[in-house]
Amino acid sequence: MKLAVNGVEHTLDIDPRTTLLDALREHLHLTGAKKGCDHGQCGACTVLLDGRRVNSCLVLAISQQDAEVTTIEGLSPHPLQEAFQEHDGFQCGYCTPGQICSAAGMLDEAAKGWPSAATPAGEEPTLSDAEIRERMSGNLCRCGAYANMVPAIAEVAGR
Amino acid sequence: MKTFEYTPATEIGEAVGALGPDAAFLAGGTNLVDLMKLGVATPDTLVDINRLPLRDVEELPGGGLRIGAGVRNSDLAAHPVVRRDFPVLSQALLAGASGQLRNMATTGGNLLQRTRCRYFMDMTKPCNKHEPGTGCPAREGDHRNLAILGASEHCVATHPSDMAVALAALDATVHVTGPVGDRTVLFGDLHRLPGDTPHIDTTLEHGELITGVDLPAPSRNSAYRKARDRASYAFAVGSVAAVLDTAEGRIENVRIAWGAVAHKPWRATRAEEALRGQAPTRENFLAAADAELAAAEPLRDNGFKLALLRNMTATVLEGLA
Ligand SMILES: Cc1cc2nc3c(=O)[nH]c(=O)nc-3n(C[C@H](O)[C@H](O)[C@H](O)COP(=O)(O)OP(=O)(O)OC[C@H]3O[C@@H](n4cnc5c(N)ncnc54)[C@H](O)[C@@H]3O)c2cc1C
Ligand code: SF4
Repeated sequence: MKLAVNGVEHTLDIDPRTTLLDALREHLHLTGAKKGCDHGQCGACTVLLDGRRVNSCLVLAISQQDAEVTTIEGLSPHPLQEAFQEHDGFQCGYCTPGQICSAAGMLDEAAKGWPSAATPAGEEPTLSDAEIRERMSGNLCRCGAYANMVPAIAEVAGR
Repeated sequence: MKTFEYTPATEIGEAVGALGPDAAFLAGGTNLVDLMKLGVATPDTLVDINRLPLRDVEELPGGGLRIGAGVRNSDLAAHPVVRRDFPVLSQALLAGASGQLRNMATTGGNLLQRTRCRYFMDMTKPCNKHEPGTGCPAREGDHRNLAILGASEHCVATHPSDMAVALAALDATVHVTGPVGDRTVLFGDLHRLPGDTPHIDTTLEHGELITGVDLPAPSRNSAYRKARDRASYAFAVGSVAAVLDTAEGRIENVRIAWGAVAHKPWRATRAEEALRGQAPTRENFLAAADAELAAAEPLRDNGFKLALLRNMTATVLEGLA
């Protein structure tokens, strides 16, 4: 099968059971995306699929032969990375690549005017702290560095 | 995970024709791939339906909407017509899962996602939904988030979807195509109660493909409210979808559906009957919820859902009155 990752087309000989996460980590040795829960519950495996954030652990690699995959390696260098450093948006760093890929996807969604559960009914979304927290709720951080991630993301959002 | 063949389909007829007795359709995969990893789902073939032309949201004459089965939950929630004319649907979608999951999850897959009952998701446990006759450990075990209405001695599972609760309140219809042709299913007839066949979730036959969901005329005065164990990214422990229209101080039209209380999205028809023609007051809303809850049979640890649903229903309707 073929898989386009970070602008490079790869040819892989893999079992159809291989998730996109395992294809990236075990076959292409792109270890930025992390395996946390492997069930879509933690967000550590977040990558961009045609620019949209997804949990790569619940995607079968074989189903994505027409897609363009972007991992943290392809996103780097990114202003979110600098902002996370500046604001101390992590401790152990395990969830960070997923947090940054997710935040990048989230900022695009907000720029398109997509609402969230924190958007007051009938209003257009603005990236308040409450909005950032709600939109980033698919990424867990066991160190609890959320308080510093919010200002890091807000800074890149231009707030 | 059991091995399987992967077959991408580009035409609807091809997808339906390719579905053998042990095959499954693959949409966003966010439930199916998870259940395959757990060994709960063991298809021998995956027919990938993501390339089928089912990705559009079309406006229908009369103000309705036709939603393709492949439309992603995030796209549907953000659709300007959905936000304006069916706010309950947009709100329900945004209350579900996470940004990443909504980007993959589809309309069809969301409807057919399976229960989150912990015994069902664990193949080392007996469960009548895995195999009828093996027993239901939830009845005496962990059932805090399971059913209070319409359950049976064989299964007390709940349907976990938020979107489906909104669709129940919107009187949606579901378009299906299959080996024996096309048909339309009223939303209330899509999911079923467990009875003595809890391994069957819906009235669809194996091999039937959902192609889309139709919404009738707009329900602008509508809302969704969800209670859960954390502020975001958790399944409902109870939810309310409601549509309300009043004229001259009386309720003309009311539709109420509850989530996380039964094996299917629960349309609260007794509550609706109690409210028609009445004044839209909190007192009447509470009495209507009580009328619906009269049939509830809570288990040891989920009786809290009665007060939860009662108060949430009144508060959501008050907000719309
Ligand atoms: C961590 C986590 C949290 C979640 N939280 C929530 C939540 O709070 N609220 C909520 O509502 N949901 C929640 N979900 C569930 C999520 O919404 C569903 O997994 C998703 O909607 C399923 O859609 P899918 O397209 O990925 O379906 P798939 O996983 O691809 O398919 C699900 C089932 O539907 C069948 N199917 C799919 N499409 C069709 C079709 N067109 N015709 C016939 N059969 C079809 C498949 O064969 C399969 O059996 C959560 C999921 C996870 C993993
Ligand atoms: S409630 Fe249903 S799904 Fe859960 S253990 Fe009992 S039979 Fe299985």
